[in-house]
Amino acid sequence: MNAQFQPNLTRRTLLGGGGALVVSFSLRPFARAAAQEVQSEAEALPEWGSLKDNPMLDSWIRIDAEGKVTVFTGKAELGQGIKTALVQLAADELSVPLGSVALVTADTARTADEGYTAASHSMEESGTAIWHAASQVRHILTGWAAERLGTGAGELRAEGGAVLAPDGRRIGYGELVAGRSLHVAAAAPSRLKPVGEYKIIGTSVARIDIPAKVTGGVAYVQDLRLPGMVHARIVRPPSRGARLTGLDTRGAEAIPGFLKVVRNGNFLAVVAEREFQAIRAMQALAAGATWQRAAALPNEDEIFEVLRRLQSEERVIKAEGGGVTNAAQTIEARYLRPYQMHGSIGPSCAVALYENDALTVWSHTQGAFPLRAAVSELLRMPPEKVRVIHMEGAGCYGHNAADDVGGDAALVAREMPGRPVRVQWMREQEHGWEPLGSAMITEASGQLDADGNLVGWTYDVWSCPHSTRPGGAGWLLPGWEIESPFQPDRPKPIPQPAGGGDRNAIPLYRIPNVRVVDHFIPEIPIRTSALRSLGAYMNVFSVESFMDELARAAKADPVAFRMRYLEDPRARAVVETAAEKFGWKPGEKPGPGRGQGFAFARYKNLACYVAIAVEAEVDAGTGYIHLPRIVAAIDSGLAVNPDGIRNQTEGGILQASSWTRFEEVRFSTEEITSRDWGSYPIMRFESVPGSVEVHIVNRPDQPFLGTGEGAQGPTAAAIANAVADATGVRIRTLPLSPKRVKAALGV
Amino acid sequence: MMALDVNGTTRQVDADPDTPLLYVLRNDLALNGAKFGCGLGQCGACTVMVDGNAVFSCVTPISLLEGRRITTVEGLGTAENPSPLQQAFIDEQAAQCGYCIAGMIMRAQALLERNARPSDAEIRRQMQPNLCRCGTHMRILRAVRRAADAMGSASAAPAGGEARL
Repeated sequence: MNAQFQPNLTRRTLLGGGGALVVSFSLRPFARAAAQEVQSEAEALPEWGSLKDNPMLDSWIRIDAEGKVTVFTGKAELGQGIKTALVQLAADELSVPLGSVALVTADTARTADEGYTAASHSMEESGTAIWHAASQVRHILTGWAAERLGTGAGELRAEGGAVLAPDGRRIGYGELVAGRSLHVAAAAPSRLKPVGEYKIIGTSVARIDIPAKVTGGVAYVQDLRLPGMVHARIVRPPSRGARLTGLDTRGAEAIPGFLKVVRNGNFLAVVAEREFQAIRAMQALAAGATWQRAAALPNEDEIFEVLRRLQSEERVIKAEGGGVTNAAQTIEARYLRPYQMHGSIGPSCAVALYENDALTVWSHTQGAFPLRAAVSELLRMPPEKVRVIHMEGAGCYGHNAADDVGGDAALVAREMPGRPVRVQWMREQEHGWEPLGSAMITEASGQLDADGNLVGWTYDVWSCPHSTRPGGAGWLLPGWEIESPFQPDRPKPIPQPAGGGDRNAIPLYRIPNVRVVDHFIPEIPIRTSALRSLGAYMNVFSVESFMDELARAAKADPVAFRMRYLEDPRARAVVETAAEKFGWKPGEKPGPGRGQGFAFARYKNLACYVAIAVEAEVDAGTGYIHLPRIVAAIDSGLAVNPDGIRNQTEGGILQASSWTRFEEVRFSTEEITSRDWGSYPIMRFESVPGSVEVHIVNRPDQPFLGTGEGAQGPTAAAIANAVADATGVRIRTLPLSPKRVKAALGV
Repeated sequence: MMALDVNGTTRQVDADPDTPLLYVLRNDLALNGAKFGCGLGQCGACTVMVDGNAVFSCVTPISLLEGRRITTVEGLGTAENPSPLQQAFIDEQAAQCGYCIAGMIMRAQALLERNARPSDAEIRRQMQPNLCRCGTHMRILRAVRRAADAMGSASAAPAGGEARL
């Protein structure tokens, strides 16, 4: 270890300034020389992650008298493996064994408010905060040990949960913290360990949550069993916007175990002692309910015309160049994406307990604090009387019904004081009522000069909102149903550079003339919200399909064509890695009926880089697309847990291969008609690719860029490009279902 | 009262005979492994074994199960002492959210008890009824392969007739 970076602080210098919050600070991971420099605050803040908003170290890390470490995150485990990666960061920086660290996830009574666990921000925000907090705590403990041992802190080192002196003396962390407080603000600079010293960070340690999940341990909110707990089910209207006009509760009351009907306007629920009794009572109550139906949804056959007709807010998000003067050919294309579904395997669930005028909700929400605000508004209770505790659920992939069922459980629990109420949606409710990923339209036009150079690019995207998260009670489904309903605020677009519907609408390629326009449709003909990667899935599908179309028009290899216009060395590196590992050979067809396709994107144009090569085999008779081989490369900065990154990226690829080949939400003017896995088919094992390889381009000296949403868009485009290569036919409407492929092939 | 043989133990259950096994396992017997996914027999999250066969517990009333041998994922092993198949899922890190995984394990277990040397194509065919939404399929297939190889070599069973793909 380089001596200049040895801890050499007294407690006074560490804690100097006491209450000062954020001192100027900057540290690219491991860029240690920079850490010594005093940087401007503007530069410094983003690199502290959530520690900048919650600077007290004991908001993140606590150590008890036995030396046991507890780490607190405001983020939620969604199945992405974040718990393991956060514990790795804390354990390595604190020099304690991995197994000795406990982790508390989002809880409005215990953890920092880190907003939503979304947008692949958890490592950047919470990971960075915990990492730096752990490092600072280690230095403080070392400083305290130096006082007690009468030595300089620089002579001491931390190891195995203790501070050690060269002469063999040793003080455990538990003893060091006795009578002292870590309730101190983080101070600059953090001195992270040099990269070579990490023993846990950068290794594929096994996920800490998997053993319970494969052996039937308590792992999910669905598994929560509280003393005296009862079960409720919701009777949702038969159509969107229907009004409850009559109710005969006798059938439900006759069900054994029946406890109560809860009615509040058009919100209708039933409570029973046991779960299956609640389901029976729900069926009986539904049979006794009379509704005035409504036809509130658009006509499915005209949905894209409807979207174009609706008023949209137009924003030019990129305009560059003085206009094309040397176009030899112009290529135009229009791409369409239907509504698509999160489709959690476990329908959304919550448990709520109302007692002594206070409410506790156990929820798999992505935002415990925002849900607390929404529920307190829904029940017209002060927020300090509401506590939301995150527990895992089935993977959500964005804003599904997690928050809605939290509101449902809260409304029912208030009518059942003292008894915990567990509510789980039925499959047909999850399919029928979850907020969908928006249908979208994109139009692209590109110009090539006489030498086949890309000289002009225009692109327009139309989309409904991609984030209608609560917010307040006006964004909860039960908030619209109760007697005094809440209205949602007018949706706002997510601004660039991240973007919502226009996420990744701007190509990363260097093109002399570019114009990109976002058309944000604030009206919501069918409820939509955040589905993993938001608009990036469709925009990358469109941009990367279109790049292929342009490459073909320019008679260029699609990979080489992309490389002409990619300047960012990290982008180039993932493209080169994916092409090389795939064995990409320009112009080579893998065999009859087979094709190869390539796509690239940097998620949000500011997060992880992903390139994907796909081999596709198209059955001309059935229109079915088989995917014998997929190879991906990803750069998401420092890889804390490489296998975790591979797992997430494989997952993104496989999920997107399902979206892209099979998925389209169907609806009538009254309701969503895709109500189960028969009417909304997703990928089953027979359609799983032959092989999927993920190669990590590790950047140990670069910040975390997040991983979970990088692969969806490139997967879609690479599949479409491979199908075009295999068949000579370009399909621009998602999904590339057997029916659509057959129609395109004229079979 | 009904007597059910669950994981080798006779359990007295006081529930309506029409109640699907899933709710009895989860609520009366406090077993978490089998999950509610659809209640329609379409997704396999609720899969358990009955007399060695994989069944959807969400659509199987307990009235059909008296005297039958019911096995859930809890009956295979524990976090401290996992079964070979559970260990293979851990070794392959074959879970993301994990909600479908107990069902996956039970369907694969039924295959391995019947055929210690399945081909890769047989494994895919067996797993067809079970859905995973996170996209963990490649790892699930690898885990079943790994367990089959480990269990197959341990039992030194004769090689199956079907070639591996």
